[in-house]
Amino acid sequence: MQEIQAYKSPGILADIPTHFCPGCHHGIVHKLLATCLEEKELAEKSICVAAIGCGAFIYNYVLVDSLEAPHGRAPAVATGVKRSRPDSFVFVYQGDGDLASIGLAEIMHAANRGERITVIYVNNTVYGMTGGQMAPTTMVGQKTTTTPGGRKPELDGFPLQMTEIMSRLRGVHFAARVAVNNIKNLKKARKALLRAFEVQKLGSGFGFVEFLASCPTNWRMTPVEANERVAGEMIPYFPLGIFKDQAAEEG
Amino acid sequence: MSKLFVKGNEAIARGALDAGCSCYFGYPITPQNEIPEFMSKALPETGGQFVQAESEIAAANMLLGAGACGIRAMTSSSSPGISLKQEAISYMAGSDLPGVIVNISRGGPGLGDIGPSQGDYFQAVKGGGHGDYRQLVLAPGTVQEAYDLTMLAFDLAFAYRNPVMILGDAIIGQMMEPIRLIRREAQDREESESWRLEGYAGRKPRVIKSLRLAEGTLGKHNEHLQQKYLTARRECRHEEFMTDDAELIVVAFGSIGRIAKSTIRRLRQKGYRVGLLRPITLFPFPSQALQDLAEKGKRFLTIEHNMGQMVEDVRLALCGLAPCGFYGHLPGNLPTPDDFEGSILKEFASEA
Repeated sequence: MQEIQAYKSPGILADIPTHFCPGCHHGIVHKLLATCLEEKELAEKSICVAAIGCGAFIYNYVLVDSLEAPHGRAPAVATGVKRSRPDSFVFVYQGDGDLASIGLAEIMHAANRGERITVIYVNNTVYGMTGGQMAPTTMVGQKTTTTPGGRKPELDGFPLQMTEIMSRLRGVHFAARVAVNNIKNLKKARKALLRAFEVQKLGSGFGFVEFLASCPTNWRMTPVEANERVAGEMIPYFPLGIFKDQAAEEG
Repeated sequence: MSKLFVKGNEAIARGALDAGCSCYFGYPITPQNEIPEFMSKALPETGGQFVQAESEIAAANMLLGAGACGIRAMTSSSSPGISLKQEAISYMAGSDLPGVIVNISRGGPGLGDIGPSQGDYFQAVKGGGHGDYRQLVLAPGTVQEAYDLTMLAFDLAFAYRNPVMILGDAIIGQMMEPIRLIRREAQDREESESWRLEGYAGRKPRVIKSLRLAEGTLGKHNEHLQQKYLTARRECRHEEFMTDDAELIVVAFGSIGRIAKSTIRRLRQKGYRVGLLRPITLFPFPSQALQDLAEKGKRFLTIEHNMGQMVEDVRLALCGLAPCGFYGHLPGNLPTPDDFEGSILKEFASEA
């Protein structure tokens, strides 16, 4: 009987159990990232800049040359990397607390300078690793360990919509928000990520892809409920789509 | 050989270029602005990269990124900005990464003033950021030395895979003196080949990080760091001036060592047997040289442009072998040789 290989895991994705909780979307994003790097033949020349949070351990799973950045500083570290090694493919992997709170200055200015890097931003509306505190992206009314009565806009402000902000900056040449909560969205996410990689290869400007992600543990939900929350609560406030594709717009 | 008449800040920038520095990341702050200004013109001309960062925090993290790629890179700032860089310096030390940080320090604490001061000795020498780490610290006393030590700083940073700080002040940074340039051969591209990041083609992927969670790994890494600092003791440098027959040794670093030397010359003419020991490396600290002098029966007076910081290291080095007095010139005031004469004479008379 002839054997047909129906599926092959990306070679740069480590074949080990992850530390992620059941139902967490980080693992899916990791795999998508690994697949796209291999598809574009970028893995060998990649330098990954990891941030702080649950995504920090990406270097244990996506096996490329990797560097750990201090909390929030990954876009600055990646600037140093790309400026030193302009021929490398440089990508950053940051969560919402890291990127949109403590690292807001670094992301804004790396984007505004049009650094030739790709930022993968995983937004799950909480600080996951530290136990589910309020993040800058926490939804209005969402209960966290530091907003026990729910996020109150009059005290805590509103959830930051980073892709919208990024797409307004001249240095940004690609900005998209995607989700991995179903196959349809996963396919769109893959396309957006591949496009963001192309933008770095073109060397024209900064690329930004926001992934809406679940965090069942800190949302106090089952994986299925968490997945449903992405569609029901997050996507209406954080709409999906390609917000900017400079090269495509210029034809 | 040709000579140039330049400010200390420009000498540092030229030293970096002649040592093969190809990336500079900075942020404006007085009194070090000549460094980024010079680099912003010179680096693009030689194919290097200049980035004016959004903050000192970002600049130091860019340095971390360049260091991880095995590239000779530098950042510079002044006291309040150096405080902001401490996070990245700690990460660099914890990740075994090279990089050169220049502190043309000013008066503190807080915003202080923009005048000369040596108030950052503790921050530079004792760690500055979080965790058990050290950076090598070089303290130039002349503009020529600012140039020479900057070149040395790059060699040491890569030899030890560790951050190295140039600790100057507004006097060193803003003073103009003639310097001799050393033309260097192209830098050794092999120096970082075994560990740098450049994509894993042809080898296994590398990870550079300071996080060590597995049982025992952080302890082991700290042992490795301590061993590194112990080995670095061989890099100790200091200057001795008229110490052979001296009864009293003045210990002073950087610009203050320079000014104290003028005072000592004058006192020598008046017949006082006074000498100078000027530490050039503040970490590692020239403890052995101090002990050797103490064993010959000398007495000591530490003079600093602060309220008493290095004096603690001098006293630790002497370990009770000899007494050491202290004179602290107040930050915010520019000292002259006259300012030190009284305290030296007082110390001289105290026990002789």
